Amino acid sequence: MAPLLQIKDLNVHYGGIHALKGVTFDVDEGQIVTLIGANGAGKTTTLRAISGLLKPSKGSVTFAGKPITGRPAHEIVALGLAQAPEGRGIFANLTVEENLDIGAYLRHDHAGIAKDKEKALGLFPRLKERLRQSAGTLSGGEQQMLAIARALLTKPRLLLLDEPSLGLAPQVVKLIFEIVKTIANDGTTILLVEQNAHMALKVAHTGHVLEVGALAASGPAADLAKDDAIRKAYLGVH
Amino acid sequence: MKTLAQRVPELTPGLLPTLGRSIWPFLAGFGFAYLMQVGIAPAVGEFYGSLLVNIGIAIVLAVSLNIVNGFAGQFSIGHAGFMLVGGNAAAAIVYYGSIKLWGSPEIHGGFLGPGELLLVAGCVAGGLWAAFAGLIVGLPSLRLRGDYLAIVTLGFGEIMRVLVTQTGPQLRGKDAAEASWFTLMTKLNGNLGFSNPQGAYLDPQNPFWVWVFVSILLIVAYRLKSSTHGRALLAVRENEVAAEAMGVPTTRAKVSAFVLAAFFAGIGGALFAHELGSTLKPDPSTLGFQKSFDIVIMVVIGGMGSITGAVLAAVILTVMPELFREFDQYRMIVYALALIFMMILRPQGLMGLRELWDTSWWRRIFRRGGAS
Amino acid sequence: MSRLVDVFLHALTQGSLYALIALGYTLVYGILRFINFAHSDVVMVGAWVSYTLAGVFGWAATGSPAIAMPVVLILTMGICAVLGFTIERLAYRPLRRAPRLNVLITAIGVSLFLEHAGRLDAVFGPDPVSMPKLLSEEPLFHIAGVAVPIVDATVVFLAIALLLLLEWLVYRTKLGAAMRAVSFDERTASLMGINVDRVVSITFLIGSALAAAGGMFYGLKYGQLDVTAGSVWVLLGLKAFVAAVVGGIGNIRGAVAGAFLIAFVENFMATYASPAFQDAYVFAILIIVLLVKPGGLFGSVTREKV
Repeated sequence: MAPLLQIKDLNVHYGGIHALKGVTFDVDEGQIVTLIGANGAGKTTTLRAISGLLKPSKGSVTFAGKPITGRPAHEIVALGLAQAPEGRGIFANLTVEENLDIGAYLRHDHAGIAKDKEKALGLFPRLKERLRQSAGTLSGGEQQMLAIARALLTKPRLLLLDEPSLGLAPQVVKLIFEIVKTIANDGTTILLVEQNAHMALKVAHTGHVLEVGALAASGPAADLAKDDAIRKAYLGVH
Repeated sequence: MKTLAQRVPELTPGLLPTLGRSIWPFLAGFGFAYLMQVGIAPAVGEFYGSLLVNIGIAIVLAVSLNIVNGFAGQFSIGHAGFMLVGGNAAAAIVYYGSIKLWGSPEIHGGFLGPGELLLVAGCVAGGLWAAFAGLIVGLPSLRLRGDYLAIVTLGFGEIMRVLVTQTGPQLRGKDAAEASWFTLMTKLNGNLGFSNPQGAYLDPQNPFWVWVFVSILLIVAYRLKSSTHGRALLAVRENEVAAEAMGVPTTRAKVSAFVLAAFFAGIGGALFAHELGSTLKPDPSTLGFQKSFDIVIMVVIGGMGSITGAVLAAVILTVMPELFREFDQYRMIVYALALIFMMILRPQGLMGLRELWDTSWWRRIFRRGGAS
Repeated sequence: MSRLVDVFLHALTQGSLYALIALGYTLVYGILRFINFAHSDVVMVGAWVSYTLAGVFGWAATGSPAIAMPVVLILTMGICAVLGFTIERLAYRPLRRAPRLNVLITAIGVSLFLEHAGRLDAVFGPDPVSMPKLLSEEPLFHIAGVAVPIVDATVVFLAIALLLLLEWLVYRTKLGAAMRAVSFDERTASLMGINVDRVVSITFLIGSALAAAGGMFYGLKYGQLDVTAGSVWVLLGLKAFVAAVVGGIGNIRGAVAGAFLIAFVENFMATYASPAFQDAYVFAILIIVLLVKPGGLFGSVTREKV
């Protein structure tokens, strides 16, 4: 079976800065793949390039066998590739419910949307209480839940998560990663970008380490977690 | 071996050389103006002489606007309002002043041109009045960003226009001689425009003062740009928050830009008012936002922040309408399209932030063999 | 007493005109954070297009059929919607990522272009014209002895109806939610599958259509259409813009509230204080609001992100 997402030799330039230098990796269907690395390594840039927010200067991105390099973001979402972006990206001027509904913007199956909404609210019961509230009043953790729930409502085959643990308390982080596992078990493939390498490698099947725009290491997550160099650099072990 | 601190006295130039270095450009400016007066003006005749005067005034307006729009990056589109204030103040001072000093509004005295001591006084006073208006306009600018500031400056231009239209009719003869200055300042002839039917203080044959003011402004502008204060303005233009964080007094910088620009716009308006006497008046109908836009177009096309650019654009956009007189109804359409295309294709205008000596061919001529 | 009623009614009508135009400014600003300087020129084009259409259909004389006004209105709104769409597509979209100042200058360019192109003989010509009377001059009813012309009643009714329609669109439909999402965060909106370019275009279509309605009814109310490069249109647009700012730019209800506020202040001050400073009052309000509460009556102050 061909991988769901194939990234080949991806290069991205911000003006004169070479942010991604020939990144290549695959994401197989049903897996949780994580991309870890320090601040500024290029993780968010990678996700932006995949989702169509950035145009790569070289290289290709293939999703479900179709080339999506350089296509506009809204078209890529229609193909089944959704993202919960860095910083949550929720619409503070809309209510919680309106945020969820916006996730289903491209869908027309009202019954299906209602069912998925129920499922999402089941995963995140905290949101159920706040449906009519303005999304800007939610706490950081609740906003992250909303961002993920909203992305799920696009009914994606592949979900990109950009630093879901950023700025959240450890308890909430644990909760978020539990949910990530649940979503994956339900059949959604996940590409997880994280600075919190410890949690990311615990929950993922495969891991890739990004260093200053290039892949430094790849392999099964468990192996990476045991690797000395990685432990020293990213897992805070002396 | 002396330390640098010990060497300061011998490194500091004396008073005389410093003064000399500061003043010689102004003397050169006077010389240039004199040359224009006695050399060029008689040689080129009526039509081109008048064109040259118009070019001079346009340069004053464009370069002064460049200080606000280009250096400080504050998009002001009410420049004609300052022209109106300055022009009216100057015209009133010259006209009423003639009556008060010499009993009649005719032109008196002057060795380089008719009545020019009063004219210069009028211009400077007009500039000061305009500068005061600039202070009033500049103060709200502390709070406002780009788009809002533009609208407010446009609004101020309109308010100034409305205020001038409400002034009383021009006083003549005995009425003028007997009225107090306070009263006279409110008698600017409203919408009809203040006129001096006695003749021209500035005409194609007497462009001296136009070029004096042009030279002064160019020197001031150039010195400003390369000074600390000018750098502060440019910093504010680039990123106001960062400039503030670096210790630049942004509010003071912005207001000072407005005031300086308004001062020279007032002088421009004063010159405009006295050109050819009664045919061009500082009246609200000709100095509205259309005129403001004309000046803005010059600055944008020349390159906001470039003095050379502003001069170039002023020259081009004053000469072209004359060359293409028959196509006058298309003039603004061409300008408008030029503006749109410029923004899409070459937003930095002709010169960007560069000056003449920053361009590659100047370097090639004057620095051959040297390092780039 | 009747003078009071007269001024009140006039303010109500003028407020409705301002509202129609202000909505266009506020919609575009909400979505793109950009003051569409050329908006007042779409108003102008609307007035002139409706004048031209009325002539084309031969409805220039009094006593035109009841169908005349709605037909001309719909056609005018349609034509101007296309105009607004075209302007955005050609002049503003290429500058979507450029510094805001550049777009402002471009907008000034578009504005000047429309004004002066309209002046050409081939287009609308350099002379003022009389607007044909598409609505009967008979008063609709009387209040306190003051006749209420059909024109006035129609404008007020139309403004309120369009406002309600817009409210429904923006707050109760998927498209409206998309518009609000784009106005908050364009990038994330595209991650929801929203075609941002299309949403922007639709916004311009709506805003321009409303402007056209404003222009046409301005002509119907005041009878005389001044030259396209005249200050009438700039001032009209400027006042409507002030209304939008006063109400809180980006806020639909605010735009309408601001419009009526401006109209009432302008008219009452002009009648009971000094009429000469009519324009100045409006600008004075703008400056005061921008200094005291820049977010406007209903708006919120967005902090500048570094």
